[in-house]
Amino acid sequence: MKREKAMMATATQSAQTTGQLDVTAGSVKKKKRGLDRYYPLYFHIPAGVFFVVLFLIPTVASFYFSLTRWTLFDMEFIGLDNFVQFFKEPALITGFVNTFIYAFVTSGTKVILGLALAVLLTSQVLGRNYLRSVVFFPVLVSTIGVGVTWKVLLDPQDGLVNRALEVVGIRGPGWLTDPHLALFSVAGVDVWKGVGLATVIYISGIVAIPSEYVEAAKMDGAGSWEIFRNITLPLCRPATVTVIILSLIGGLRSFDLIWAMTRGGPGFSSDVIASVIYKQYQAGFYGLSTAGNVVLFLVIALIVIPLNMWLNRKGQRS
Amino acid sequence: MRTRQSIATVTAVALVSALGLSACGTGGSSESGASADGVITLSIYIDSDPLTSIALWDSLVEKFNSSHDKIQISYETHPGGSEGDNLVKTRLATGDMNDLLWYNSGSLLKALRPDETLVDLSDQEWTDKVNDNWKQAVSTDSGLYELPVGTSFAFGMIYNKDIYKNLGLKIPRSWDEFMANNEKIKAAGITPVVQTYSDTWSSQIPVLGDAYNVMAADPDWADKYTANKAKYVDEPAIQGFQHMQDVFDRGYMNDDFASATYNDGMKMLAEGTGAHYPMLTSNAAAAIGQNYPDADSKIGVFPIPSDSPEINGLTIGTPKGMSIPKSTKGDKLKAAIEVLNWLATPQACEAIGSAIPVGGPFVIDGCDVPEGAASLISDMTPYFDEGKTGLALEFLSPIKGPSLEQITVQVGSGISSAAEGAALYDQDVEKQAQQLGLKGW
Repeated sequence: MKREKAMMATATQSAQTTGQLDVTAGSVKKKKRGLDRYYPLYFHIPAGVFFVVLFLIPTVASFYFSLTRWTLFDMEFIGLDNFVQFFKEPALITGFVNTFIYAFVTSGTKVILGLALAVLLTSQVLGRNYLRSVVFFPVLVSTIGVGVTWKVLLDPQDGLVNRALEVVGIRGPGWLTDPHLALFSVAGVDVWKGVGLATVIYISGIVAIPSEYVEAAKMDGAGSWEIFRNITLPLCRPATVTVIILSLIGGLRSFDLIWAMTRGGPGFSSDVIASVIYKQYQAGFYGLSTAGNVVLFLVIALIVIPLNMWLNRKGQRS
Repeated sequence: MRTRQSIATVTAVALVSALGLSACGTGGSSESGASADGVITLSIYIDSDPLTSIALWDSLVEKFNSSHDKIQISYETHPGGSEGDNLVKTRLATGDMNDLLWYNSGSLLKALRPDETLVDLSDQEWTDKVNDNWKQAVSTDSGLYELPVGTSFAFGMIYNKDIYKNLGLKIPRSWDEFMANNEKIKAAGITPVVQTYSDTWSSQIPVLGDAYNVMAADPDWADKYTANKAKYVDEPAIQGFQHMQDVFDRGYMNDDFASATYNDGMKMLAEGTGAHYPMLTSNAAAAIGQNYPDADSKIGVFPIPSDSPEINGLTIGTPKGMSIPKSTKGDKLKAAIEVLNWLATPQACEAIGSAIPVGGPFVIDGCDVPEGAASLISDMTPYFDEGKTGLALEFLSPIKGPSLEQITVQVGSGISSAAEGAALYDQDVEKQAQQLGLKGW
């Protein structure tokens, strides 16, 4: 029951962060329908105005502006030309591929590392609470601050990382300057920054597993690996789902860390969709970048809506 | 009940006036006109670079205000780069611009749609004193929009004269001679060409600085380019990209080119660990004046070499200029024109020359490069005297693609070939031309 609540809380949180669907729709909606009758129309008007002015109008307007070439001075209706231009964008393919690589690499690594750390931090390790806060600490630091700091640490000549490697006789690579490595270096920093959250979610998942199961398994002569595989792992499934969803969505819309560390470079080799769009906006191609945002909106919706539906179904079944 | 109502009223009044005040604060002071004692205060919108603008304008404001009673000037800053460009465009579009605007000449000025937003200055007396390069960089078919405030600069090959002297090298007249020099410099254990791709903007100079060579080979190239009839993938413009690739292929660059910053580059040059650095003379002069005054005498400049020994001239850029937005009217407009007249005088040039390390000659008659200017400026003088200078492309054509710096980083660090880079840039330029609504795109 507790676990379900936690699960629900994180699920709503993830829905909020993406601004997509109401995950809790199913059961809660029915209750509200009863209450609805007691609220007259004027009661909804303030929130309604707020919603229409700040969310609905801009969204609809962005669909229109994506069909124009506009400056601050005037605009010209050009139909679907912006979309044609956007898909011709040479950096776009790299951007898409990089976005997916980044999202899956960070998400996968956070699941594995988060689970491992959670197992460690729920054991009888010395200074457990201190260690837990140490793991969580990077989550609290500003992303830009993390990016700038790591950029200095990863400098190929003078950075601390390569200096340390030099001491043990390894010539470190150009973490952020090698076009094949830059994206993965940023992903690594993203994992360092975000793994604390995954760990905390896993810790709450593991703590909620009744100790009877483990004791019973021990009686049957199960080793630690078997306990982990057959008890911890399957019973942590809700935590795993939450971690995957949160980090996948975070990875798909990632921008700040990449911008702070490489600005999409060297050249275009660590560009993601968001940075491609941002650069177009910066260059004053407002129509084109609006079209890019519409595309991004549709792509994220295409990924998140089915995922949400699938999650809802699983949630109701359990 | 009464008290509650009055509290509500007070709160409402406070809120409204706070909103009103903040609106005034961002709206600038263009409405207010002369104050009670007849003094007109004009506000100038400048960028916030500490070395090249704030130091300059602190000095100019001081000089102007101490010699004028009826008009006083002050400045307001905006960030540099495209963020600042957006702010300038927004203010112009909404009529909220300050009384005067100090802004780039060339393609950036033309992106402001000066015909609609700025006052035509072609009937002013000082227009006879500014040189033709300047007129070209700030005019459209229907007017001239800026008075130069600052000095011109070159897109040149900054080099260390001591290295040249010690190795017995001569200033190259062609690309082949340049590469031969590089071979000898490398053999002596010195980095032949410094590149600094951590500051991506610095990677563009080899391509931008090739403009004189391109235009010497085809004098109509800039017009053809604006009309979508000339491309970077073709000769002669591909040379700039090709030269970057050559330097990379031969391993002439510093090992840390990918992570070095502009300051690192100037340091290598000043300390003699690097021989050449394609850079703007204005930036080089400022960096030397600020950080390496002792190295001044050993830093020089020569033009970016071309494939042909017959073509040898400097690609130059024009300074920023002062314009008057159309939102400045009445007494303020008269006062603004007086400020411009003062800025066109030799006293103003002197103030500029003493405030910042200048990057080249002035573009207005009666102004001379000050004593004590960086000695690399004197290397530029012969080219100006012989008329072997040409404007960079961004001052001749309104089109400059926004991704050039990423593309030149790619070509310069061997990620893509010169031909791929040039083709990519041609695509990039297309978007800019369409956004500007040019014919033929």
